Amino acid sequence: MAQRGIREYDAKRMLAKYWLDYIDRGYKYHGKVVLVGSDTDIDALPEKYEWLKKEKLVAKPDQLFGKRGKHGLIKLDATFDEIKKWLKEMMNKEVTVGKVTDKLTHFLIEPFTPHKEEFYVAIKSNREGDTIYFSNHGGVDIESVWDTVAEIQVDIDQDIEDVDITGKLPKDTPEDKKEVITDFIKGLFKFYLDLHYAYLEINPFTIVDKEIIPLDLVARLDDTAAFECASKWGDLEFPPPFGRKLSKEEAYIKELDEKTGASLKLTVLNPKGRVWTMVAGGGASVIYADTIVDLGFRDELANYGEYSGNPSTDETYEYAKTILDLMTREKDPKGRSKILIIGGGIANFTDVAKTFTGIIKALREYKDKLKKVNAKIYVRRGGPNYQEGLKKMRELGEELGVPIEVYGPETHMTRIVSMALKEES
Amino acid sequence: MTKKPDYILFDRDTTSIVFGYQQNAIQRMLDFDYACRREKPSVACIVNPTREGYHKCFWGTKEILLPMYRTLKEAVENHPDADVMVNFASFRSAYPTTKEALETDTIRTVAIIAEGVPERRTRELIKIAREKKKWIIGPATVGGIAAGAFKIGNTAGTLDNIITSRLHRPGSVAYVSKSGGLSNELNNIIARNTDGVYEGIAIGGDRYPGSTFIDHIMRYEKNPEIKMIVMLGEVGGTDEYAVVDALKNGEIKKPLVAWCIGTCSKVFPAEVQFGHAGARAGAEKETADAKNKALREAGAIVPDSFEDFDKKIKETYEKLVKEGKLIPKPDVEPPKIPIDYKIALKEGIIRKPTEFISTISDDRGEELRYCGVPISKIFEEKYGLGGVIGLLWFKKKLPKWATDFLEMIILVTADHGPAVSGAHNAIVAARAGKDLVSSLASGLLTIGPRFGGAVQGAADHFTTYLYAGKTPEFMVKDMKSKNVNIQGIGHRVKSVTNPDVRVEIIKNYVKKHFPVTETLDYALEVEKLTTAKRNNLILNVDGCIGVSICDMLRSIGYSREEVREFIDLGILNAFFVLGRSIGLIGHIIDQKRLKTRLYRHPWDDILYMMPDKPEEVR
Repeated sequence: MAQRGIREYDAKRMLAKYWLDYIDRGYKYHGKVVLVGSDTDIDALPEKYEWLKKEKLVAKPDQLFGKRGKHGLIKLDATFDEIKKWLKEMMNKEVTVGKVTDKLTHFLIEPFTPHKEEFYVAIKSNREGDTIYFSNHGGVDIESVWDTVAEIQVDIDQDIEDVDITGKLPKDTPEDKKEVITDFIKGLFKFYLDLHYAYLEINPFTIVDKEIIPLDLVARLDDTAAFECASKWGDLEFPPPFGRKLSKEEAYIKELDEKTGASLKLTVLNPKGRVWTMVAGGGASVIYADTIVDLGFRDELANYGEYSGNPSTDETYEYAKTILDLMTREKDPKGRSKILIIGGGIANFTDVAKTFTGIIKALREYKDKLKKVNAKIYVRRGGPNYQEGLKKMRELGEELGVPIEVYGPETHMTRIVSMALKEES
Repeated sequence: MTKKPDYILFDRDTTSIVFGYQQNAIQRMLDFDYACRREKPSVACIVNPTREGYHKCFWGTKEILLPMYRTLKEAVENHPDADVMVNFASFRSAYPTTKEALETDTIRTVAIIAEGVPERRTRELIKIAREKKKWIIGPATVGGIAAGAFKIGNTAGTLDNIITSRLHRPGSVAYVSKSGGLSNELNNIIARNTDGVYEGIAIGGDRYPGSTFIDHIMRYEKNPEIKMIVMLGEVGGTDEYAVVDALKNGEIKKPLVAWCIGTCSKVFPAEVQFGHAGARAGAEKETADAKNKALREAGAIVPDSFEDFDKKIKETYEKLVKEGKLIPKPDVEPPKIPIDYKIALKEGIIRKPTEFISTISDDRGEELRYCGVPISKIFEEKYGLGGVIGLLWFKKKLPKWATDFLEMIILVTADHGPAVSGAHNAIVAARAGKDLVSSLASGLLTIGPRFGGAVQGAADHFTTYLYAGKTPEFMVKDMKSKNVNIQGIGHRVKSVTNPDVRVEIIKNYVKKHFPVTETLDYALEVEKLTTAKRNNLILNVDGCIGVSICDMLRSIGYSREEVREFIDLGILNAFFVLGRSIGLIGHIIDQKRLKTRLYRHPWDDILYMMPDKPEEVR
């Protein structure tokens, strides 16, 4: 897959677990963090985490989105009972953050730390290596104080111990903190490397007596490194991005996708949309969606859909059925036809006729419903055995009495989009 | 060989090492070579960590052998001219294998096919490649193609497609694409709108591709054979901006037709991960719209949508031709490429006579079938051992009386103690330390006319006279006159007064259940005559089995001629072999378990009668 966001809880849990290996040097991190999900028995928590009842606490949602304070989603300096009450109010509540709305399902609880200084540290990977960012002015939107940030580039094959961190810290770094900050950065960097992080931002962290405490943290891991360090990561879940609440159909396709070696993707953008896509191939599917948007039909685009990696006939059948079902639920209010784009580039080795078998079966099943919504189908595909596949589609059009226009590699890949849309407008 | 310019990674002489035993990909590379009329195959050798030796593959209609090594080290030592490694190693081992390849003196380009190589590892490889001035294509790619010269692995799909897209000869247009899947579409678009592809590279969908757009575009810029460049970028990352900068600096002088896919990302509600690992717009700059705009402003030819991509390519090409900057490369007739047998068969355009026929079982398809009966049904309907013998030996579903009879025969012939010659030989072999199969074979090889063969012999003797319409009296007299003992008659200890219980059981069963008992009846008539002469000349167990089987065959519908045919092909021995194997195996296991030592026959049990000297032949 790729870089994926992880919960603040998991990053802090790992940091605490490997603190001695990477950081330590006389400074501690208490590592007191608890994750509360919608099915967590909150009353039972203090038994395992005694500090919950002894200390003042902080609670905040832990679902891969930031600016929680700004949205009033942090409970600060509260007793366990207060936190409990707050969580009961917030759990499963729908909130809107920026442009997206989703349900709150996971919260992080940790001790409340009164502090003065707030530092900023981040590590970001790039092609040449990794860049460390540090500022003595954390706790704010870092972009607004960017001139206080020191950038330290570490090349991919460079040993962090050979990098002069202290000398590169911002000029306003307190003299008595230089050593501890240098040590912390070095340790954090090694932790970042060994556990295959791809992004780590602590904004802010504070230093109180002999303790370093990360207050707010965002992190992404490179999940392809699982074979190297899954055991180090421990029990880790990659949560879906906030706002990606799946519809029933999307969830069904996701489930299918997870069960097979093939790839099946469905995102419903506008269930009332007129233009539906069912495209073979990751790249081609994006191009079809692009073209519909680029030609000015973004409001008509109903879905993004992709199948690839040689799905079985049963899988393409289930996939096609799901889309056809969504598409034929209601007529276009203006009485125009509904359009289905069965597109694709030129397959390398996939037998085109074979992958069409499942789709054809589903189309047959939805014959009457397709007619009811006045459906028009456009097909474009190339690759092994494509002539046979296209012939089957043409014959199906006649058999069903549903207009199916069929094209091969001689027609530009997205031309069916303009054909379909221009005809109507 | 003259040293090729730095900007050329692949030409008609390029040879490669394929890491990973990818037989299909190797064949596709060789078919492409053949279509290009290359002199030598582009695959010099294969590295297969689990096997060394040779791999047999087609070179046109002929077959050739490609050497296969266990280690890259051996491959490199033996093939110093191969400067490309096509790396099919998995995401787990892509890193160490590529590292090893980059550290050799001879390999200059490594194509990493695997998807899911950790980003940190790829970045380490990029560093090594840069220091050594080497090339990485991928990870997560199909590879690339130099038309008419060299093809990485599975690039460009089937041979049909290669010919349709005229990739067997070079054109004047080079492309670089992120997506491997779309590279085939680009081959098609370029072939239809220009004089064809010169070279195309898919850099792969990862966040950190081993080589980027600009790396290849600068190569294309330097290559005088390439007249225009096509680029297909993608939402996510900032690699396209290196191209923007080069356009602005005037480093790219050749026309560049570019498009970045993913313009639809703006209509998605939340962050959607597209198929590619790198395809994620983190910032405005990483969106496809921003990239297309920047490219356009820097001087690239950018359509308004993918819909016009083909038109822009065509316009650009035609302009170059018109201006005399591009002289269209000629089309070349490809050699006739043999179709793969499997494909031709599927398409129904060839046929061939088969060398083998089998009419009793079929292991193809969903389930193993014995004579048309799926194995699951064999258990559901309780065919049992007898039923299975019926299916595989006689191709009949036998009634219960017959299958029970067959099992009875197996049980009764299973063993006859350790002293009989078959068991003895098996025991001696086992004690000599031979394995189970050899010891069993030793025992079974003893079966013949004298040991165990009486079953077969009895069936032969009795049916010969019975079917010829001769009386039992005639048979006894005739055999006597020929001085041949009737097989199946006579016992060492048993007699009329002391009958063999096994014979009694079989006899009674046959009498009770078989519709036809002619051979048994005939044999019993003969027995009456022989026992009248001597008390122990009874129908023995071998004889009884032999004649009973003949009657069973008649009872399940075979004619006398067919029964004779079965006898002649040794069916009676088959029953004895099958049954007795049980006992022989038992004796062998018994000996092995007891850890008995090598058997040596005692001298005092052998009469030594050697002459003093040999007879001299003059």
